Amino acid sequence: MDLYEYQAKELFARHGVPVPPGRVASTPEEARQAARALKAPAVIKAQVKTGGRGKAGGIRPAPGPSSAEAEARRVLGMDIKGHTARTVLVEKATVPFEEYYAAYLVDRAAGTFLAMVSTEGGMDIEEVAATRPQSLARMPVDPAAGVDAETARRLTDQAGLPEDAREQVAAVLTGLWRVMVEEDALLVEVNPLARTSDGRVIALDGKVTLDDNAAFRHDHAAFADPPPDRGAAGLEARARARGLNYVKLDGSVGVIGNGAGLVMSTLDVVAEVGGGRPANFLDIGGGASAQVMAAALEIVLSDPDVRSVLVNVFGGITACDAVAEGIVTALGTLGEVGHPIVVRLDGNNAEAGRAVLDAARHPMVRMVPTMDDAARAAADLAAR
Amino acid sequence: MAVFLTKDSKVLVQGMTGAEGTRHTARMLAAGTEIVAGVTPGKGGRAVDFGDRRIPVFGGVAEAVAATGADVSVVFVPPRFTLGAVREAIDAAVELCVVITEGVPVHDTIRFVARAEATTTRIVGPNCPGLISPGQSSAGIIPADITAAGPIGLVSKSGTLTYQLMYELRDVGFSTAVGIGGDPVVGTTHIDALAAFEEDPETEAIVLIGEIGGDAEERAAAYIAEHVTKPVVAYVAGFTAPEGRTMGHAGAIVSGSAGTAQAKKEALESVGVRVGKTPSETARLMRDVLAARGGSAS
Repeated sequence: MDLYEYQAKELFARHGVPVPPGRVASTPEEARQAARALKAPAVIKAQVKTGGRGKAGGIRPAPGPSSAEAEARRVLGMDIKGHTARTVLVEKATVPFEEYYAAYLVDRAAGTFLAMVSTEGGMDIEEVAATRPQSLARMPVDPAAGVDAETARRLTDQAGLPEDAREQVAAVLTGLWRVMVEEDALLVEVNPLARTSDGRVIALDGKVTLDDNAAFRHDHAAFADPPPDRGAAGLEARARARGLNYVKLDGSVGVIGNGAGLVMSTLDVVAEVGGGRPANFLDIGGGASAQVMAAALEIVLSDPDVRSVLVNVFGGITACDAVAEGIVTALGTLGEVGHPIVVRLDGNNAEAGRAVLDAARHPMVRMVPTMDDAARAAADLAAR
Repeated sequence: MAVFLTKDSKVLVQGMTGAEGTRHTARMLAAGTEIVAGVTPGKGGRAVDFGDRRIPVFGGVAEAVAATGADVSVVFVPPRFTLGAVREAIDAAVELCVVITEGVPVHDTIRFVARAEATTTRIVGPNCPGLISPGQSSAGIIPADITAAGPIGLVSKSGTLTYQLMYELRDVGFSTAVGIGGDPVVGTTHIDALAAFEEDPETEAIVLIGEIGGDAEERAAAYIAEHVTKPVVAYVAGFTAPEGRTMGHAGAIVSGSAGTAQAKKEALESVGVRVGKTPSETARLMRDVLAARGGSAS
């Protein structure tokens, strides 16, 4: 789960990393109150989970409460790269004297954590890494030892930070490491990490990605957006509530399969072999029951863009007869189904599964023996 | 010979008394695996019957290894207990620890992978289907009835795509199929499996299955160029995946221009690996490769 800036800063503050005083607001009036409480010039920052807010006009100075209200009115509802700003962060304006960069992330290639620190904050770090790699210190972090004061100090030395800033930045780095470990984060990034003219070091922005797999040992539920009830996001939320892994896409062939790799491959085969466009990704997982399969079919058929459905199952743990029973159950409860359903079953209990569908003789269900032919048939039917 | 897992492997199952553990222990036994022990904390001293086989249950891995000589562990415990279970297996010095569990926190995986690094224990997974050396042994959940022993080695991030390719090439057969898992951090990598297949006299050709996310396939390509003399055929899933969305596997995400299927395909092709656009085309390419070598698929 990616966090909003204001949520990331909540976690920073919880672990002793200095952030500017501020408050989140969802209406212009709240923004005015927040600015008044600051008793200082403010900045209004759109809360969206994407970069490039500044260029899009999502970050605006507000010298006083009334301008805070006016600027919040301008920013709230703004679309930034497809993300709508539903809230703004009203924060005390801070003028950086110098801007640094600090991050911890999971280095997939090395299979461990990586710390990155740079004197060149406030810009695209990938560009810094590509053009001036010498100004970006990178250091793998031993997961058993973590980042203590000494390691943090070594990082600041390696990054070549000004001598008189190193101690404070090192303190920030140990605090950010606590965020990483104690909150089970996959990414903690501060860009810029500002040094003010009076010598303080403050996280001016914050990006945190939490590991959903670790949700069981944290109280992070409050960070989640309320589930939308309409549109593509609504469908995805409904699928998630039923334990299904569903991603809405923009084509017309609904795709259901078992296992992430096989479903991804099925989408590709619909495009490559069938010349069609997949309407979604839906993984029913391993060992899915008839109920899970029925729920999957119900979700996919409720997508108004879907013109045909392809069910592609290779039974490993999943039993193909359970999948077939689920299809029959769903068709029984859904009433009239307006779109054809192409089914390919192989592996565990495939013959029993085919027998179930044969016996049901549903007019909209067609069985096709191979993955390629099934994808072609589903794409053809969607194009009709 | 096969790689990592042979008919001589003595397997213990951590979490054998749970529903998943019991079910898959029965299936592994049916596949010919020599299962010597189950481990469930607090349930030591019991035994579980699988047909005419009685498998003893131990309270800890060290105890089970001492009593049975087990050298492989298969882990079916829930995510919150996985780190502890794998640590135990590493500390008991099993040679191979196969972590089937899905949903393990990445921090925990990083910890047990780091711990294993300083030892002789190989980790496969987490969030993987395990591995099978058909006709010899199975450690995990890959169905044993798809195909028999043969000259192809397979390494894959995905379970069901492994099954699909094994099925497409079922008349040829496999030395070992290794499912390394789709999480961002895994123990055994594509490269580790490639190195083992290169050394294995029974493996004549290799199927590499990748998917979007990370750069494991690109690194595998670089490794192949330097170290692999056997023919490699590859398949990459996720050409139609949109940017920024996780496609089922936690690691399967395209970020900006990084991790795309196209980039992986190009990296593999640039070192002479033939890449299929679909599983069926990949199987055809493998048949061509084996035919050209005068292998068993000609």
